[in-house]
Amino acid sequence: MLVYLRQRIISSLLPLVVVVVGVFALARLTGNPASLYLPLNATEQMRADFMAREGLDQPLLVQMADYFGGVLRLDFGESLRTGEPAAAMALRAFPATLQLAATTMVIAIVAAVLVGCWAALKPNGVADRISSFVSMAAASIPDFWLAIVGIWIFAITLGWLPTSGVSGPEAWILPIATLMLRPFGVLVQIVRGAMVSALSEPYIKLARSKGASDARVVTHHALRNAAAPALTVAGDLAVGLVNGAVVVETIFGWPGIGKLMIDSILQRDFAVLQAAVLITAIAIFILNILIDIGYALLDARVRPTVKA
Amino acid sequence: MTAVAAASGRSATHDVVLEVKGLSVTLRTPRGTVRAVNNISFQAQAGQTLALLGESGCGKSMTAKAIAGLLDPVADVDGGQMILNGQDLATMNARQRRKVAGPQLGIVFQDALTALNPVYKVGTQLGEAFRIHQKLSARQARAKAIELMHRVGIPEPESRVDAYPHQFSGGMRQRILIAMAVALNPSLLIADEPTTALDVTIQAQIMALLKSLREENNLAVVLITHDLAVVAEEADTVAVMYAGNVVETGPVAEVFTNPRHPYTKGLLESVPVDAVRGSTLSSIPGNPPELHNIPSGCVYQSRCPLVQEVCRTTRPELLPVRPLTATDLPAGGSGADVRPAGVVERAAACHFSKELAHV
Repeated sequence: MLVYLRQRIISSLLPLVVVVVGVFALARLTGNPASLYLPLNATEQMRADFMAREGLDQPLLVQMADYFGGVLRLDFGESLRTGEPAAAMALRAFPATLQLAATTMVIAIVAAVLVGCWAALKPNGVADRISSFVSMAAASIPDFWLAIVGIWIFAITLGWLPTSGVSGPEAWILPIATLMLRPFGVLVQIVRGAMVSALSEPYIKLARSKGASDARVVTHHALRNAAAPALTVAGDLAVGLVNGAVVVETIFGWPGIGKLMIDSILQRDFAVLQAAVLITAIAIFILNILIDIGYALLDARVRPTVKA
Repeated sequence: MTAVAAASGRSATHDVVLEVKGLSVTLRTPRGTVRAVNNISFQAQAGQTLALLGESGCGKSMTAKAIAGLLDPVADVDGGQMILNGQDLATMNARQRRKVAGPQLGIVFQDALTALNPVYKVGTQLGEAFRIHQKLSARQARAKAIELMHRVGIPEPESRVDAYPHQFSGGMRQRILIAMAVALNPSLLIADEPTTALDVTIQAQIMALLKSLREENNLAVVLITHDLAVVAEEADTVAVMYAGNVVETGPVAEVFTNPRHPYTKGLLESVPVDAVRGSTLSSIPGNPPELHNIPSGCVYQSRCPLVQEVCRTTRPELLPVRPLTATDLPAGGSGADVRPAGVVERAAACHFSKELAHV
């Protein structure tokens, strides 16, 4: 298992390096911070001083070497806006995103497994048709549109829920409802498909031949086999959630990493942006390793070093 | 325990364990409802092997699934009785069937790789029947699993019990399936082509294992197969199926030496005996009828060398036939031969079974 983990970690490191380089390069394509931070009538001298102070006058390769050295020490430099260390800002914003994404995923997975199994018990039955319609709709509705409609109805018209912020438990309802819709819809269809195919496998007949009840057949024999494809897609959707948080966090004023990224881009705050993107990339990297461990736990056939 | 069972096996009576009477199974297809199994009857006796013999699609596996209660959702039992130890399986509800599945009836599937659940240890799967029916703890069930693995000849069961199905060879997996089927000492064992996926030497080992289990436990075995050699070696009685119908039945030795149905005869003639290189092997021309297109007369009419007008209009019933030595009487007439109780009588569904006796 440890060998397996080590392999997975090494093979994921290269993409991480690519992300680090890519972030550095792309951030510099968004424009020159000097023209944003200095007054419109700033002199050439002021611009040059600013560039020199922030190290932006150095050749690109030198900037990149500095940046890499900093990354290894988790030092991304200071925010142009606040002067705070960029890593600290990113780390402070990250838990809010993580809590939102994790809560959303847990609710979406539990609901999708229940609905997907219910639908798979009788393919093309009434339950299957209803769940197919609902999940298709859920997966297709754009989340930013739903977020705005949700705010309009529940926050503005009815006044039941706050429009934005993290004031209390009720502030979680709209962001979670918005974010979970797509993962729920997609997962229902994946779980349903995987369960239908698992339930038609010969090992289900074998379980029934031992006198296993329907509930036992579904929960013991089919669900664990259906879990692998669902896990793949759930992992992908979870990554999408962390990324998609940019939109929903902006709409709901959620103080997470997505909002921090958008603000940093708008302000050309390279250091913070780099820190935020790298932390997100590391989170996704850890998530992928967790998914790989999940596979190995679910199915002995993907454990490479187990000997009979 | 084995010694006691073996002793009782020697003095075993051949009680009827399973009696199938007039069983029909229909299939709902996009092209309408078809009969996959049509009004078939047979008996399985304790300590004996009954072979259901036929080619692919003849309904033999469907019959096995109907008895085991494992029909696919599109298939339904459409009349008939399946009396197992005095209870009719056809009238049981799902809950009653689950009670029977395991303690009274075990089934061995064809492809052991797909039949075993890939994500559970074999010990867990072997112990499941004990956990369901005897409410044993996981630890007790594991001990039972090791005992079962011993019983079916799997080496080092103490360490292999925690291995997964993909870590076993094909033959060992089939042994595990057999162990599961006999875990709760059922009185009836259905073996659905248990050796089809295996190579020949392993086939012989598996058949020997089934035989020794049958003798030790006085099991009634229903063997589903298309393999004439397996039937000749292992079975006591045979029911030959064609297009959902039983066309001939009787003790294997009699049926194979004196087939009284042209289909049985054709099958036996297609076995290459003393085949000469370069000469043509005998075969039955044509294909079985499709299920939604079964002719109204005899099901075998399109391939039968003896076909007459009567075969196209009237379907022959499965009627007792007399052995060769007896005086000729019209088949199905008053002369149904009297046999001692427990011996399966011979029957054939052919208008000309009498004539066949002379060929």
